[in-house]
Amino acid sequence: MRFKLDVNGAVRDVEASSDMPLLWVLRDLLQLSGTKYGCGMAQCGACTVHLDGQPVRACITPVSSVGARKITTIEGLSPDGSHPVQRAWAEADVVQCGYCQSGQIMTAVALLEKKPEPTDSEIDAALSGNICRCGTYVRVREAIHLASRLSRGGK
Amino acid sequence: MTISRREFLASAAAGTAGLVIGFHVPNVARAAPKPARPLPSPNAFLRIGSDDSVTVLLAHSEMGQGIWTGLAMLIAEELDCDWSKVRSEHAPAAPVYARAGMAIQMTGGSSSTHSEFDRYRNVGAMAKVLLLRAAATRWKTTPAKLTATNGVIAFGGAAGPKTLTYGEVAEEAMKLPLPKTVKLKDPKAWKLIGTAVRRLDTPEKITGTAQFGIDVAFPGLRTAVVLRPPAFGAKLVKFDAADALKVPGVEKVVQTANGVAVVAAHFWAAKLGRDAVRAEWSAPEGGGVSTEKLLAEFRELARGEGTTVVDAGKAKQTIDAAASRLEASYEVPYLAHATMEPLNCSVKIDGDRCEIWTGTQFQSIDQAAAAQILGTTPDKVAIHTTFLGGGFGRRANPASDFVSEAVIVAKAAGVPVKVVWTREDDMRGGYYRPAYVHRVQVGIDEAGIPEAWHHVVVGQSILEGTPFAGGISDGIDRTSVEGIADSPYLEGTKSKHVSLHSPRTPITVLWWRSVGHTHTAFAMESMIDELAAAAGKDPLAYRLALLAGKPRFARALETAATNAGWGTRAPAGRARGLAVHEAFGSIVAEVAEVSVEGGRIKVHAVTAAVDCGTAVNPLGIEAQVQGSIAFGLSAALHGKLTIEGGKVVESNFHDYPVLRMSEMPKVSVHVIPSDAKMGGIGEPATAPIAPAVANAVFALTKQRLRTLPLRLAQDAR
Repeated sequence: MRFKLDVNGAVRDVEASSDMPLLWVLRDLLQLSGTKYGCGMAQCGACTVHLDGQPVRACITPVSSVGARKITTIEGLSPDGSHPVQRAWAEADVVQCGYCQSGQIMTAVALLEKKPEPTDSEIDAALSGNICRCGTYVRVREAIHLASRLSRGGK
Repeated sequence: MTISRREFLASAAAGTAGLVIGFHVPNVARAAPKPARPLPSPNAFLRIGSDDSVTVLLAHSEMGQGIWTGLAMLIAEELDCDWSKVRSEHAPAAPVYARAGMAIQMTGGSSSTHSEFDRYRNVGAMAKVLLLRAAATRWKTTPAKLTATNGVIAFGGAAGPKTLTYGEVAEEAMKLPLPKTVKLKDPKAWKLIGTAVRRLDTPEKITGTAQFGIDVAFPGLRTAVVLRPPAFGAKLVKFDAADALKVPGVEKVVQTANGVAVVAAHFWAAKLGRDAVRAEWSAPEGGGVSTEKLLAEFRELARGEGTTVVDAGKAKQTIDAAASRLEASYEVPYLAHATMEPLNCSVKIDGDRCEIWTGTQFQSIDQAAAAQILGTTPDKVAIHTTFLGGGFGRRANPASDFVSEAVIVAKAAGVPVKVVWTREDDMRGGYYRPAYVHRVQVGIDEAGIPEAWHHVVVGQSILEGTPFAGGISDGIDRTSVEGIADSPYLEGTKSKHVSLHSPRTPITVLWWRSVGHTHTAFAMESMIDELAAAAGKDPLAYRLALLAGKPRFARALETAATNAGWGTRAPAGRARGLAVHEAFGSIVAEVAEVSVEGGRIKVHAVTAAVDCGTAVNPLGIEAQVQGSIAFGLSAALHGKLTIEGGKVVESNFHDYPVLRMSEMPKVSVHVIPSDAKMGGIGEPATAPIAPAVANAVFALTKQRLRTLPLRLAQDAR
């Protein structure tokens, strides 16, 4: 089937079976490989993208269910890594292997949209669906607090 | 330090002619710098571009541990270049990149920084000498009259100060003969080493542009998903690919060594195709291996002594005659590495040549394996090392499983192929941290001090049957017992017996972050805690007494304890436990503060103190300690792989849980200033966390938990 997808502000045409997960449409058909495969069953969060600003697990989202919703991937967050969450990530030196970080960042962005000044327990609740085997969790927490300050114009 | 040209060439550029340090031929127009172009000759470790860019070639793989930054720091320190212009890239697979002191190119054993400390600094120092000479020639003076800072060479002669950038003289420098000796900086003069430096791989990792193996894409590359044996010991009898071939996008179905690969236009088609393959497998012998039965056998074996590691002073008799005795058994299960990036490997074969793209810790091993499959020589196998989405030992397989298989698939399919493992494939694909049983008996004197120690270890050998079997001496796989016989607690114990049973099973096993220390630290530090409790002593004071004369251990313990508030009252409902262990040349002490909530152990805070010798990048060390603690906590609280009838029961993160954000304690890391020989930092902090938590649980509940993952008794919940 043919689908018209709004990906990072551009309309993209894809030919895919209707049950093909959005994750693989992004990765294999649209060459947007920043969104990662980790589990295929919404357990790890590595595939987190936004649909109309809401974080979803692309690995269990059939392409046919996306419709006209706007898809934002890590590639569409900012042209140059300058989103406050990305700047905070750099400042806090969060990444290790880096594989889960697209998902962590997309989840953090969605959290900060809803709760501009999250507490530690709100961060824990929002990010608990994003597994990091390197164990960057401590710095993810720090970076989200920092991003909260940066988003609000602080330093 | 001085180094002769001969030594330098021998160690750093074996097999290459001419220059070790390659410099980029400058572009004519500096105003519009182009990307640095490598020279055709081998640029072993460093390229300086006419745009002043400094590119460091890494002999080790970046898998999260920060070597992308650490090795670059070593070169930059001596080169005195502009750090903002430094970038790293993985070196190709070639003999010149063999790990210092080893015959193979590899990343493991927490050794990348200390093994390369001299080589990478020497490269930087040598390059600086050549650049200064080139500038001196240009100005008709001597290098001694020049200074170099931040990538700029300055000459304050009679005609006034002149400057040249490194990029401006790189081409001339390249033509000069190598210096016979180079002098490395006195540590007091270090500007980068020892400072907190942020990672160089952050920009691509926060924008989704970092390339992992799974991201490799080029025209013509197909994706394959492989059907592998459902049980250890099962063999492929026959298969029917008719349904698989009906899946849109599926192009080919080929047989592998013991499986079936479905080759398709993309992952999703390949996976659906794989799931549609109908295969018949032989039943594994004897109904298949079972971890429950194995553990029972291991416990039985532990009742008798194994192959002797150390035996002195009639341990058994001394224990029998001691004032009091303590006996305990400790058990750990099989564990999967569960790297976030599932295994994958891309292969393109062209005649007798082959290109491989993968995240590997074992370039030389994989290269040799691929060459053997293709009937060619290793030099015809090019390996492009991508970023690794976690390694933890899984991507350092002596059997080269995920690379060999991909080569076989690409060869059979006749097209370039990326083999991608699903999470389930990865979880069930074998190569686990082996299960172990420790039986420990201790004879205690009247002062509560161990006077005799009897310790039997049972668990599979990791090294047996691999090219690393040389690490087995006198029947002992040292990775099975590291941290016991060489424990500082046993050094002064005159009467001791340590022995090892290495039973063979059909389960494939592998090193897992901190290797033997994952279980030996648990057994040793749990038993020491039990002894302290039996003696009615404070766990810290008891350890310090046993470790008198071991100042590094004492300092680590005291630093962790003081910063954790040891000796002060823990918050209501919480208690603290501690552990200290040496692994890979570094000593780590950890204090865990825990509570029990709803029958579950909750770890609130961990305070760690690390003595790793020279601390190259304290910011990176802190990250490795935080990460190691998280990795160790996954094993302490959750990790358990079960095998029944030869089949792995667990398959994904829902039934093989790992630590999540909500379970991550606050962690404070204290790096102890130390002039001790440099140790590693990627793994050592993994080992003490399980005993620290178990000991804290004991302090809180009086329950002594001796099996990982830690589970409170039902009645105490």
